Parts: sequence; C-alpha cells; structure tokens
Amino acid sequence: MSDAAAAIDAEGIALKREHPARATIKRLLRHRLFMTGLVLFLIIAGIAILAPWITDTDPNRLSMRNKFKPPGEGWIFGTDSFGRSLWSRVVWGAQLSMLIGASVVALNAVFGILIGAAAGYFRRIDNLLMRINDALMAFPAILLAIAVTSVLGPSTFNVILALGIVYIPRTARIVRSSVIVLREMEFVQAAVAAGAGHWRILTRHILPNAMAPVIVQLSFLFAFAVLSEATLSFLGVGAVPPTPTWGNIMAEGRDFMREAPWIITIPGIALMITVMGLNFLGDGLRDVLDPRLRIQQ
Amino acid sequence: MTEPLISAEHLAKHFDVGGGGIFLRGKTSKLRAVDDVALSIMAGETLGLVGESGCGKSTLGRLLIRLLDPSAGSIRFQGQEITGLGRAAMREFRRSMQIIFQDPYGALNPRMTVEDIIAEPLVIHGAKSGTETRQQVIEMLEKVGLPRRALDRYPHEFSGGQRQRIGIARALILKPRFVVCDEAVSALDVSVQAQIVNLLQDLQRDMGLTYLFIAHDLSVVRHISDRVAVMYLGKIVEVAEKRTIYANPQHPYTRALIAAVPAPHPSQRSRGKREHIAGDIPSALNPPSGCRFHTRCPHVMPICREAAPSLIETQPGHQVACHLMTEAKA
Repeated sequence: MSDAAAAIDAEGIALKREHPARATIKRLLRHRLFMTGLVLFLIIAGIAILAPWITDTDPNRLSMRNKFKPPGEGWIFGTDSFGRSLWSRVVWGAQLSMLIGASVVALNAVFGILIGAAAGYFRRIDNLLMRINDALMAFPAILLAIAVTSVLGPSTFNVILALGIVYIPRTARIVRSSVIVLREMEFVQAAVAAGAGHWRILTRHILPNAMAPVIVQLSFLFAFAVLSEATLSFLGVGAVPPTPTWGNIMAEGRDFMREAPWIITIPGIALMITVMGLNFLGDGLRDVLDPRLRIQQ
Repeated sequence: MTEPLISAEHLAKHFDVGGGGIFLRGKTSKLRAVDDVALSIMAGETLGLVGESGCGKSTLGRLLIRLLDPSAGSIRFQGQEITGLGRAAMREFRRSMQIIFQDPYGALNPRMTVEDIIAEPLVIHGAKSGTETRQQVIEMLEKVGLPRRALDRYPHEFSGGQRQRIGIARALILKPRFVVCDEAVSALDVSVQAQIVNLLQDLQRDMGLTYLFIAHDLSVVRHISDRVAVMYLGKIVEVAEKRTIYANPQHPYTRALIAAVPAPHPSQRSRGKREHIAGDIPSALNPPSGCRFHTRCPHVMPICREAAPSLIETQPGHQVACHLMTEAKA
C-alpha cells in the first residue's frame, strides 16, 4: 500500500504516481543490510566472472619447488601442498561456487514454481505431489545430497542435480502455500467469472502475486547451495579433486592446518563472505518484499 | 407469467470438511452451505438476499453464476440448463453473468493497471488490445464515474469507493444481463455506500441489468430491491415483494430481522411486542432437525422439530417456509 497521507487531487486519486516495482527498488536501495549484501555478492560474482583475467597461473599447475609458500612475496594467497597458486584456486573456486549456486537457483525457480503452482492450483494432484515432497523433505538436506551424488557419481553436474533435488521440494512448498491463498482471492474469482482459462489465471493473476516469498527464498537458497556444495566437496562427494572448489581446497588444507593455516583459512573466509552477503541480501529482500515473514521467523 | 431470467431448483452445495487426503481418509462431515433452494429472478428486477453471516448467501450467489459447482439441483439461465456445462461451454454464458465483490481491496489484482483490469473480460472474449478496446474501457470508466486518467493507475492509488467503481466497471464491460452483487457495498462507509447504490441503480436502468443483491443490511436492501428473499442456515425461509415483506413479514425469523433494524426516530418504533430471537445461528455442519430455525424460534411447536416446512405461497408472490403458516392455511 502507498502512504496513507499521500496527496490526492480533486477526484481523490493519488497525485504521486509511482510504478509499484520502482517503489520497491527504491526501498531496496535505501535498505542498508540489502546494499551491504549486494556489494559483497557483486564483489564475489565479479571475481568469479573475471577469473581468467585476474589469475595468471593455471589453478592446477603443480610446482613442487614452491609448495607451502605463505601469502605475500609473489604469491598473493600463498601456495598449497603441491605448490599450486592459492589465489588462482580460490578465484576459480569462486567461479564454480557461483555457477553451482546460480544453477541450483535456476533449477528451483523453474521446477519449484512449476510443481508448487500445479499442487496449489490443481487440488486434485496436490496430495500426490505433496506426499512426494514430504518424503524428500524428511531427509536432512546434506544427507540426501550425499546419497544422490554417491548414486550418480561425483561431478560438478551431479552436484547441481543433487542440490536441485534436495531444495526443489522446499521451494515448491512455499509456492504452493502462496498459490492456495491467492486462488481464493476475489480478483482471481473475478477472472474465473469473466471466463479466464487456467493458464491466464495462473500467469496473470496468481504467479505475479506469489513471487515475493519465492524471490526471498531463492536468495537464501543461493547461499545454501554454495554452502552445501562446499560441504559436499569437503566430504569428498562433490566435484572431483583437483577441481578447484572451496570445499576441495579446504579438505586438502585440513591436513596442514598447523604448518600452512592459510590454505584452509582463505577459502573459508571467501565462503563466509559469500554466504554472509547472500544472507544479508535475502534479509533485505524479505524486509522489503515480504515483511510478514520477519515476524514469523 | 413470463419466464425468469435465472432460476434454480433443489439447488444445494455441500462442502466436505475434515478428512486427511489419501492415507487418512477419516470421517468427513458435510457442511450444507446451501440446501435444497429454489429461486427465480425475473429479467430487470432486483432480488435482495438477506440473512446472517454464514447462512449461505454468498455461496448461493456464486452457485448461480457457476463460480462454484452445485452438489445437486439445477440452474437455468434464459431457459437453458447451465448446471452441467463444462468450462468451455460455460464461457459464452459468462458474458451474460457477472459478479461484484465485497472487498474493494481483494477484488482487484494489485499488479495490473486499471485499464488491464477492466479490459481483461473483453480480451478473454476475443477483443484485441488496441484503441477500440481502450475506447470501450474509457466509456465504461465514464459510466462508473471515474476519470480517464485512471487508466494507467494501479488499484492501490484509489480509495475504497473508487475501487468498487473499478470492480463494477470490470463486471459490466461485457454488458451482462445478470449481476450478482455480493455484499457490494457492505465494506464501504455509509456516505460512499449511498453513492455506489445509486450508481448501481442508474446502471441497472441504463443497461437493463438484473441484480441479485446480497447484503446483511436490511435498509440498503429495502432501498434497492424489488423483491426480497430471506435465508437462514442454507435455506430460503421467505420470499416476497419488498413492500409486503417489510410491512407484513410472516416468518418469525424475518420478523425478528426486521424488528432488529433500528428506527430513525423513537416515534417510529413499532409498537407492540418485538420479536426477539436469542442465541447464535447453529452450525451448518450439524443443522437442527426439522425446521432449522426451531432452536431459536419463539413460536416453536412439536412439529417443527420433526418435519422441515416447505416454501408455500400464502399470498400471490409471497412464499414462506414455516409450520405456523401451514397450520393457518389448513
């Protein structure tokens, strides 16, 4: 709703005209937490995109002469136990993390909305879809992801698939609950009364109004996906070493925590910054788009 | 007598309540929102439908325009049976029957402009969005008393009364014959209510509309209706011409409702004993046996607990469902 005290003209229509989307963007830009998160996320994303240009060594090039070099003096982040440049590995790791995060979010956006909308709108298939959902949600996320990758085999693609399968039910549930509320709204009933078909009702009336909680969920999901991918790599069921992922780097650095603490610390900090940035972003989106959630949590 | 524009017979809507889906197919109970209702509305008239909240007024309105599928009974529109029609077959009839909702906030999609909202029924029925459609929308806006500038605004920029005008424009753009006004003015301030009621009456005259005017405010119904039907717990208990029903209500429930309307001045208070009913409306999940009103009726008789009275005509055009009337007639 717009400000109640907004100026109105003779016919009682608000004078200040503002597109709802623009008003939302304005509020986001004023939200400090959101902006902090956005900046952190953009830094990491920028580094990930620029990886080929800001690194000069192959992340997998071994150099036994240079192993365990501490950060500084020619090696920005130092080197690991095989003499590989940690800067190079962390930067390329950022790219992989962003790729996986974005892919999982995209998978969720497509299938979560599809399944959620179908279940919420066509009540006849609701029960079936939601019981499958419940079965998948009964497993702890990371255990289910491990199970899926160990069946499919460890690879970047399979990690994306596994995390997609793990999180889609959660997204679907959020979409479904919004759709159930919206389908009973009078403006939807009015569209039915006008003779609108299912497709029009879903795409024009229900989904545009159901998006706020979904966008919030997807921003948090990005963080979950990055974190889960690191966890899977760390546990050795993610992308195969020597693929430079933050989880892999940390797993390799764990053995040398005393001698070369930077190997495990630096990717850890990178992971922390990314997840924190995304959480700030999500909190900001939630405050602006879906303020009711704040009270519930 | 001429054929009614819309009529219903033995119309019922039961909702299943409880039960837990596939695995927990437990006991479900039926909520009888509308139970064996007969109703007919003549072209050009306004039938007021009154009753307490939860008595099934809105459900009945939505059944008539097939927003809800009836559990039993039949609905005829312009002499044609529309009860079993599927979505596609129903589409043509949707042009002729529309609805105006109560809540001016929930009835308009917040993400659509006023132009898109009002034009949508036209677009659904095949209009190309272009200058011609836009012209139609502008004409409709004028008819409901909104300026052209409203076109590219969003609903949140309007007051409650203006939103209700937008809702009316959307309902009337297809030039329907039958419009259900589902508590169309109940959510508005009294001064705005009067404006909207007058607008509805003007539009009715200009466009030859037939209204089912659902409300719980008896004075508004009295103002706008030609005939009034009183509903109690899913059943119609009395139908009559407006003048008759206000001057000579026969069902004890109608009498109580009318007695409960405050008089504008103490001198106008009706003399004599006021009908008074105690308690709340019983649950439609488990309605009382026999006459559904017997739990609150001041004139309850033994037969009321056993047999449900049917609507009988006590005078031409005046139908009542009450054993008192049946007895008096016999």
